[in-house]
Amino acid sequence: MLFLSKKQDWLGNIRGDVLAGLVVALALIPEAIAFSIIAGVDPKVGLYASFCIAVITAFIGGRPGMISAATGAMALLMVTLVKDHGLHYLLAATLLTGVLQIIAGYLKLGGLMSFVSRSVVTGFVNALAILIFMAQLPELTHVTWHVYAMTAAGLAIIYLFPYIPVIGKSLPSPLVCIVALTAIAIYLHLDIRTVGDMGALPDMLPVFLWPEVSLTLETLQIIFPYSAGLAVVGLLESLMTATIVDDLTDTTSDKNRECKGQGLANIGAGLLGGMAGCAMIGQSVINIKSGGRGRLSTLIAGSFLLIMVVFLDAWISRIPMAALVAVMIMVSIGTFSWRSLINLKHHPLSTNIVMIATVIVVVWTHNLAFGVFVGVLLASLFFANKISHFMYVESKLDEDNSTRTYRVFGQIFFNSADKFSAAFDFKEAVEKVVIDLHRAHFWDITSVTALDKVVIKFRREGADVEIIGMNEATTTLIDRFGTHDKPEEIEKTMGGH
Amino acid sequence: MNTNTNIVLACIDGSSLTEAVCDYAAWIAQRVDAPLKLLHTIDHHQETAAIADLSGNIGLDTQEHLLEELTAVEQQVSKLRLQQGKQLLQAAKVRVIQAGIAKPITNQRHGSLVESLIELEDDIGVLIIGVRGKVHENQPDKIGAKLESIIRSLHTPILVVNEAFKTPQRIMIAYDGSPAAEKAIDMVANSPLYKGLSCHLVCVSKDEGMADYLLAVATNKLLAAGGIEVFPIKLKGKADQALCEYQANHNIDLTIMGAFTHTRIHDLLLGSFTARMLLNTHKPLLLWR
Repeated sequence: MLFLSKKQDWLGNIRGDVLAGLVVALALIPEAIAFSIIAGVDPKVGLYASFCIAVITAFIGGRPGMISAATGAMALLMVTLVKDHGLHYLLAATLLTGVLQIIAGYLKLGGLMSFVSRSVVTGFVNALAILIFMAQLPELTHVTWHVYAMTAAGLAIIYLFPYIPVIGKSLPSPLVCIVALTAIAIYLHLDIRTVGDMGALPDMLPVFLWPEVSLTLETLQIIFPYSAGLAVVGLLESLMTATIVDDLTDTTSDKNRECKGQGLANIGAGLLGGMAGCAMIGQSVINIKSGGRGRLSTLIAGSFLLIMVVFLDAWISRIPMAALVAVMIMVSIGTFSWRSLINLKHHPLSTNIVMIATVIVVVWTHNLAFGVFVGVLLASLFFANKISHFMYVESKLDEDNSTRTYRVFGQIFFNSADKFSAAFDFKEAVEKVVIDLHRAHFWDITSVTALDKVVIKFRREGADVEIIGMNEATTTLIDRFGTHDKPEEIEKTMGGH
Repeated sequence: MNTNTNIVLACIDGSSLTEAVCDYAAWIAQRVDAPLKLLHTIDHHQETAAIADLSGNIGLDTQEHLLEELTAVEQQVSKLRLQQGKQLLQAAKVRVIQAGIAKPITNQRHGSLVESLIELEDDIGVLIIGVRGKVHENQPDKIGAKLESIIRSLHTPILVVNEAFKTPQRIMIAYDGSPAAEKAIDMVANSPLYKGLSCHLVCVSKDEGMADYLLAVATNKLLAAGGIEVFPIKLKGKADQALCEYQANHNIDLTIMGAFTHTRIHDLLLGSFTARMLLNTHKPLLLWR
C-alpha cells in the first residue's frame, strides 16, 4: 500500500517534473546548508537529510509533487539537543521521530488536522517565516559593509532577474544569485564568511550510520521530548503543505500515508547521518510554480541535490554566506502570508487574536508545536463562547397566575450553563413550573447538573416542577454519534436551528 | 424495461467511431425500448502542469498569486472543452433523434471515463463504446488505452463498436460454458433485442463430446425462449482465430462473448483472449462480464 503509486504520478508529466526537480534541487542546497547551521550541525547533515527525505517521500509520500527535506521548523527544535548532547543524540532522536510519525500514520492522526483552523495555519507560516528570517541575523551582525552590499545585491538578483526577457524565466534566479555572488567574492578576494567556514560538506555518498548512543532509558528520556516535538511539528507542516499543494493542483492527497511516509523518510535520514525533516512550504510552492506535479519531481530534486553537492563540494564551500542569507530571506518573504496583514482589518477580532497569539508563542518559544497548541486552544475557546450565545429562554405565566412555563432554546454546555441557570426567576412565587426542553440541546454533564440545580431550587421554593422534552434535549449527550450522522437524524436532533 | 436502471449508455468522444456508437446505441435502445443516454467526459489530466515558470523564486504572496494564475488558466481550458463536448453531444443527439429516439438524455461529466462509468454503473443496462478513442484513432493495430480497464471495472454488458453501423441480422455467441457465457445465453434468450435474428452458437473445443453437450443445452434454452433461429456450430483450433474466421466467412454482424474471465496476472503471462478478439475482429463485440 505504501509503495503503490499510479503510473501517471511518475510519468504523467516527465518534462515538467524533471525541470521543476532541477530548479528545486538548486534551491534546496542553500536551504539545507542554512538549516544545518541553524541546528548547529555540519552542512552535510542537512544535505544528506534533504537527499534522503526527498527521495524516500518521492516513493512513499502521500502527496505527489510535494517537496520534503531538512527544514527550518525542525532545525529550530534541535538546537539545544545538539548543543547539550551532540550529533549522535540528534540522529537517535531523528529515528525516534520517524517511529512516532509512523505510529501517528497508523492511528490515522492526520484527521486531527481538522482542529487546526485557518488562522492557526496562517499564524504557523508567519511565525515560521519570522523564525527563518531571525535565524539569518547572526550572519548580518558584526560584519563589514561588504556583506550587506552582497546580500542586497543577491536579493536584487533574485527578484529582478526573472524580468529579463527570455532567460529570466528559464534560469532559476536563486541560482543566478549564488553563482554571481560567489564569482564576485572570488574575483574581488573579499574576506567574508563562506559556506566552507560553517563546517564539513559531503564529499561522498551517504553511508549507513547507527547512532552511537547507549540504548538506555536515560537516552530515551533525553531524546523523547525532542522526538515528540519534532514528530508533531513535522506532521503539522507536512499536512499543511499537502493541503496547499492539494489546493494549487486541484487534486487530493492521502494524509495518513503522508504521515507514514514522513516517518519512514526520517528513519532513513537518521540512518544515513541526516537530521529530521518534513515537507517544505516554500519549496513545494516553487515546485508547483516550476511545473512540477508528480513524484518524479521530488525524486529528481533529491537525487540531483546529492549529485551536485558531492561533485561540486569544492565550489559549494566557496559560496559566500551572504548569498545564502539572500536566498533564505527570499524563502522567509515567500513563506510569510502578507495577505494576512491586510486581512487583519476585515477578519473578526477572535480570529486575529488566534493568529497573532500563535505567532507570538512560536517566536517566543522557538517551538511551532507550542504555538499551534495555543492557537488551537484559543480557537476552541472562542468557538465555545460563540456557540453559547445560541441559547435563550422564554417564559409565560398562565391565566390564573399559578403556573410558569419556561421554554428553552439552543445549546447548553459548560460555557452556557450559567447563562441557562440565570434565565430562571426563582423569586417568583408560583405553584407549578414547567420547563419545556423540546428545542434545547444538552451537550455535557455540566448542563445536566445545571438543570438539576434549577429543579431543586424551584422545589425548595415550594413549586412543583415538570420537565418536558427531556429525551429530545439529551440525545446530544451521547459520545457516539453513529446513528445521528444521517441527514434526517440530524434534522430530528438539531431541528429548528 | 423503462426504468432508469436499464439505460443504454453511449460514450461520445468525437473520434471517428462516435457516429457508429450513436447508431448502435439508437438501434439497441429502440429494440429494447430503453432510454438512451449520451455521455461525454472531460478528463482533466491534473497530473500535467499547465504553466511552468522556472524563475525559482518566491516573493510576496506567491502562493496566492500562483493559485489565481492556475485557476484562471484551467478555467479557460475547461470552458473550451466544456463547449467542445457540448457540441459533440449536440451532434450525437441530432443523430440519434434522426434514428428514431424520441428523447435522448445527454450528460457531461468531469473526470476520467472509467471513474464516471463506475459512478453511473448502477443505471447502465448496456454500455456502447468505440474500440479506440481519439488517441489511437489512426492506429488500427491498437485498442483504446482505457478500454480494458473500463471492461474490467464494470459489470454491465458492453458493446464495443469498431466499424460503421450495419443493422445486425446474424449474431454469433462464442460459447464455452463459463458463467459469463451462460449469462450471455440467458440474456439473448430473454431480451427483445435478439428476436428475429439468426444466432450462430459457436463452441470452440478440443473435446467434441463436451462441446456437443454444451451446445445442446444452450440451443434448447434459446429455442425455448422462441423468436430466435439457432445454428449450433462446433469449431476446432485456437479460439480467437477460429471465431474470427467463422465470423468473416458467415457474415456475422455481431459477436457475443464473455470477457476477461481470467485475472490480470494470467493475462499478463499468457495474453488475453478478449484483447486479441478486440484487436482482430472487424465486427462489433458484445462483451458479457
